Amino acid sequence: MNAPNKSGWKPEMQAAESGFLGGPVTSTGNRGLMLKEPLLFEIGRADVTGVDLPEVDASAPTRLGGLARSEAIGLVGLTEPETVRHYTRLSRQNYGIDLGFFPLGSCTMKHNPRLNEKMARLPGFADIHPLAPQNAVQGALEVIHQLGEWLCTLTGMPAVAMSPKAGAHGELCGILAIRAAHEARGDAREVVLVPESAHGTNPATAAFAGYRVEDIPATPEGRVDVAALKARLGPDVAGVMITNPNTCGLFEKDFREIADAVHAAGGYVYCDGANFNAIVGKVRPGDLGVDAMHINLHKTFSTPHGGGGPGSGPVVLSEALAPFAPLPFIRQNASDGSFYLVEEENREERGPSFGRMTAFHGQMGMFTRALTYMLSHGADGLKQVAEDAVLNANYILRSMEDILHAPFGASGPCMHEALFGDKDFTNGLSTLDVAKGLIDEGYHPMTVYFPLVVHGAMLVEPTETESKAAIDQFITAFRGVVERALEGDEALKQAPYYSPRRRLDETGAARKPKLAYEG
Amino acid sequence: MRYYTDEHEWIEVEGDIATVGITDYAQGQLGDIVFVELPEVGAMIEQGKDAAVVESVKAASDVYAPITGEVTETNSALEEDPSLVNNAPEDGGWFFKMTIAAPAELDKLMDEDGYKAFVEGL
Repeated sequence: MNAPNKSGWKPEMQAAESGFLGGPVTSTGNRGLMLKEPLLFEIGRADVTGVDLPEVDASAPTRLGGLARSEAIGLVGLTEPETVRHYTRLSRQNYGIDLGFFPLGSCTMKHNPRLNEKMARLPGFADIHPLAPQNAVQGALEVIHQLGEWLCTLTGMPAVAMSPKAGAHGELCGILAIRAAHEARGDAREVVLVPESAHGTNPATAAFAGYRVEDIPATPEGRVDVAALKARLGPDVAGVMITNPNTCGLFEKDFREIADAVHAAGGYVYCDGANFNAIVGKVRPGDLGVDAMHINLHKTFSTPHGGGGPGSGPVVLSEALAPFAPLPFIRQNASDGSFYLVEEENREERGPSFGRMTAFHGQMGMFTRALTYMLSHGADGLKQVAEDAVLNANYILRSMEDILHAPFGASGPCMHEALFGDKDFTNGLSTLDVAKGLIDEGYHPMTVYFPLVVHGAMLVEPTETESKAAIDQFITAFRGVVERALEGDEALKQAPYYSPRRRLDETGAARKPKLAYEG
Repeated sequence: MRYYTDEHEWIEVEGDIATVGITDYAQGQLGDIVFVELPEVGAMIEQGKDAAVVESVKAASDVYAPITGEVTETNSALEEDPSLVNNAPEDGGWFFKMTIAAPAELDKLMDEDGYKAFVEGL
C-alpha cells in the first residue's frame, strides 16, 4: 500500500501546493465558482440559530430528574441559508450517476428514468401511511401485487415475498424459508455450501441464520467446481447459495445439474439474483431449479441505488418454500377484485410462515419505480436491457484485454461485467493506483479487490445505460491509466491530483478513526 | 523448527508449544492490516479450519489453524497495534500460541525452502 497523501485533509493546502490551474492562489481558497467548504463547526457560531424556538420557563417542573442535561451540548449555531449552502456546496463535490459514467461492478449503476420519479411522487403512493385502512390504499396494494406478478413471470417462480428491504435482507429471507422448510419436516441440517464465485454477502447470510458455511472451490475458468460440490452434498447440507451470473462475470452453465443434485440430496437452492440484470427476459431462474432468489429492485429495475434511495430485495420462492414466506403478503379477493393483506390474524390463510422480516410491506417508493420501469420498457424492452448490458460489458472486455490481464477472458463471453487483474503492473503499482488514476480522468472507479479469486481484481460493469460514445471515451481513459501502471509511472502512486481531496489515508481512517469534531 | 502452510501461515515449534502467524508474503498481499480477530485462549482449533481473521484495507481474510490443538496464548499487542503484522509478520506480529495435539500433522507442512519455492511459483 502506498503512503497516503499527507496533505489530504484541508482544501487550502491543495490549492496552494498544486497550482495546477496555473493561476494565482486566491485569498479565499476558492477556485472561481467552485467554493472551498469548511466544516460546519468552522462556519457555525454560538450566537445564531436557524430555528425560532419558544422561550423556555427554566423553573418549570420536568420529569427528567437527575437526567437533565447540565452542560451545553456543544453544537454550533447556523442560519438557514448557511446550512443550505453548506450541504449544496458539498453536493457539488459529489459524484453520481446523473453526473457521469459509474462502472461500479456488481452494483448495476444504471440511469434512473425521470418518469419513475414522477410516478413515485404521486400523492396516492408517496403520502400514504402503512397503517391506513386497506380500503383507502387499494391502488398501492395493486402496485405491489402487480409488481410481484411481473417478478414471478420474469423469474418463472410461483410465489414472491415483497417485504425484504435490500439484497442481503432478501438472502436472509430465502435462507430462513429454507430453514423453516427443513424444520417443518423435522430435518435439522447444519451446513450451507457457498462457492468462491458467490457474492460476499452469501456466507455472511448463512452464518447469520445459524448455519456453518463451507466453501466450494471455483474451476480455473471461474465457475463452480461441480464435482467438488456434488462430493460435499449429504444429509447435513441444508442448501447451496450460488450467484448467477457469478462474480467472475460468468453464467453458471451447470446450474441445472447442480440444482438437481442438491434437490436429490434433500437440500434447497438459493440463487443470489443481484446480477439478474444480465439475464432478465432471457433466462427464467425457475427453469434452472432455483428455490429462492432475491431481486435487487434498486439495481435491475433502476431505482436510485447510490442516489440516496433505499434498497428493495423481494424474494421469489418455489412451491416447496412458498408456504414459509414472511408476512405480510397481498392477496386478491376473487369475488370483487379488491386487494387485502394476509397478516398474523388471518390464521387460516397465513400457513406456516416463518414470521416477519419487516414491520410493514417493504419499500413502497421502490415498488412504484420498479413497476414504472417494467411497464415503460415492456417485456421486449427488458430483454433488450439484458442484451445491451452484456454487449457493453463484452465490448469493454475485448477492448482492454490486449493490455490488461483478463483472467477469464478465454472462458467465453462475459455477462454484464468484465473482470480484470493487476498481474502485469510494474514498479509496485496496483489496482488501487489505477482506481485513483481514473478519478483524475473524471470517472468513478470500478469495483476493486473483489472478487477475491482474482489478484488485484477490477470489476467493470457499464450497464445498458451507456452509449457507444460514452463507453469509447471511458475505454480511452481506462487504457491510458492502465498503460501508466504497466510502465510503472511513479506519479500514479499519488493520484488523484484533481479531486476535491487528494489520496486519503484509508489505513489511518480504519485504525484510528476520528468520529467527532475535535476543535 | 519453522513450518509453513500453503495458506501462508507460519508455525514455529518450540517444545510442545507452537507459535502461529502469517507470512511476510501474506501481509504484503493483504496491504495495511487494520484489525486482527484472535481466537479465545482455551479454544480447540482444528487443522485447516478458521482460527483468526485478519482485516486489511482491501479485504477480510480467514487465518487457518496450521495444526490441531488448544490455543494457550494470544498476542494482545495486535489489538492495540495491528500494524505489527505488516512491520514484523514473522516475529512480533505473531497471532497465537497453541498445543500440538497431533505432531504428525506437522509433517505435511512445508519447510522454509519449500515455502519459498511455493511462493515463487505463484
